[in-house]
Amino acid sequence: MDEKVTREIFPRDSRKSYGLVELMKKTAPIVRKEPEDTVYVWPNLLMIEIICAILVTVGLMVLIQFEHAPLRSLADPSTTPNPMRAPWYFLGLQELLVYFDPWYAGVVLPGMIIVGLMLFPYLDVNPKGVGYYTYTERKFAVFNYSFGFAIWWITIIIGTYLRGLDWQWYWPWSNHLEHMNPALVTLIPLHLIFVNWFHVSEGVGKLFGDIIFIGYFALGTIIPMIVWKPMYKAMGLWRYLTFSFFFLSMMGVALKIVLRLLFNIKYVLVTPWINI
Amino acid sequence: MLQKIKNEIVESQIFKSVFRHGYPDNDLDRAYAIFSSVFLHVHPVKVRRSALRMRYTFCLGGITLFLFIVLSVTGIWLMFYYTPYTGLAYRNIKDLQFVIFGGNLMRDLHRFAAHGMVLFVWLHMTRVFLTGAYKAPREFNWIVGVVLLVNTLVLSWTGYLLPWDQLAYWAVTVGAKMASYTPLIGQNGPWGPQLGFLPTNDIMFMLLGGTVVGQNALIRFYVLHCVVLPLVVTVFLAVHFWRIRKDGFSGPL
Ligand code: HEM
Repeated sequence: MDEKVTREIFPRDSRKSYGLVELMKKTAPIVRKEPEDTVYVWPNLLMIEIICAILVTVGLMVLIQFEHAPLRSLADPSTTPNPMRAPWYFLGLQELLVYFDPWYAGVVLPGMIIVGLMLFPYLDVNPKGVGYYTYTERKFAVFNYSFGFAIWWITIIIGTYLRGLDWQWYWPWSNHLEHMNPALVTLIPLHLIFVNWFHVSEGVGKLFGDIIFIGYFALGTIIPMIVWKPMYKAMGLWRYLTFSFFFLSMMGVALKIVLRLLFNIKYVLVTPWINI
Repeated sequence: MLQKIKNEIVESQIFKSVFRHGYPDNDLDRAYAIFSSVFLHVHPVKVRRSALRMRYTFCLGGITLFLFIVLSVTGIWLMFYYTPYTGLAYRNIKDLQFVIFGGNLMRDLHRFAAHGMVLFVWLHMTRVFLTGAYKAPREFNWIVGVVLLVNTLVLSWTGYLLPWDQLAYWAVTVGAKMASYTPLIGQNGPWGPQLGFLPTNDIMFMLLGGTVVGQNALIRFYVLHCVVLPLVVTVFLAVHFWRIRKDGFSGPL
């Protein structure tokens, strides 16, 4: 029920027993529409469901005429296949291992995706756009979802089609049987670049990296607070901070992919315990 | 003639004892047909005409559910031929492929329905997102949905090990290795070793029941895949559908 009862006629009282009827200031049981606008589930909806089920069954039957469930040779702990591919729906995560250490790509990031998804309804304060497809009324929310979904799919596609031996980058026209020379790509942590450019010590270089990392989150949180005040006001402090953390982390994944692919940067944040 | 046979059937004591209502050719019996059936009563008796619009849900949730049902049926069938023992599992699958009547059919159906379920659960989630159906009062059902999504993925992954071929073995080895990098409780994770986690007591050990993927891992994945996770999905699906009814369907007004 999306409209609130303006005046409570019978205040709720736990000492009384109630029937299932609730009083609304409306003319019909279905708000805003006359009952005539409804149809019986039998046969209208059931028919649609049955047709869907038949179509899916036919689809599956057709599919398995062309493609069969794979079965390779018996499991053998002593021969590791190369490349070793996860099932396709996890290839996005496997591909992220190229850009992040395993504790982040394999554990923390998936956890954050799950928690972030669960929190989405609580972070999206825009009441518009329920019950119909719209982009214009909720551009930012749609952007966020699509961006995450796009990373997920693009990494799956890269993992499926563009990775070969040793998980190196292979174009469809490259020779997939020949090992790439790993020396072609040397990964460098960002702080060594600073060491080279500014002739500072490694410690100072690391400090630069840390400042960039923390600055990214700090500025990324504070600037929109000032520039898009109404948005911040609408969300409130905690909701905004939570959102900002997840948003910047997601953007961070994309940034790191670019840094790694274009500039061979290995880490931005370097600490004795964790590197990102 | 056909009409007469039909009348004979629907008027018979047996039919009445089973369905407790007449053939649904009038509105009263149509209503009864829905709410007196344990299978159909997840539906409301009537829905808004606009809620039927295919271009709203694209039937994605329903297709996901149907694939789950296909998976349950074919999965139980496969269980009759499968032994979760490293010395037999692979040969059981080979038998399904080459010896058992309908073995290939059932295995292929099971495999592709599983791929389909993963795909359609993502599409369904995208539909729910794009129609804003996760907003109040449906926030909680979105959470239930995410639980279903994760369960669907883990179901697929645990099933992946069962054929005990190279694909299965190494995919699960890589995946389980990830667990060992869990911060705090993994042998390779940040602060894991400092907190005393070794290959023999960390989270990966718990997952596999050993330090490598072996017989213990197989039996664990088998029980998870065939019993625990399907049950969890079923329970959450019950909540999911219950909440759709309670929170109201978001469909176009
Ligand atoms: C095993 C997986 C799932 C099954 C079988 C399933 C099934 C369904 C079905 C049959 C519906 C009715 C409408 C429709 O067909 O679209 C529905 C609605 C809904 N689903 Fe799912 N679902 C699953 C997973 C998810 C996931 C992953 C999410 C979101 C993260 C989700 C969120 C919702 C919500 C919020 C509704 C209400 C939509 C509305 O009122 O318009 N479900 N689900």
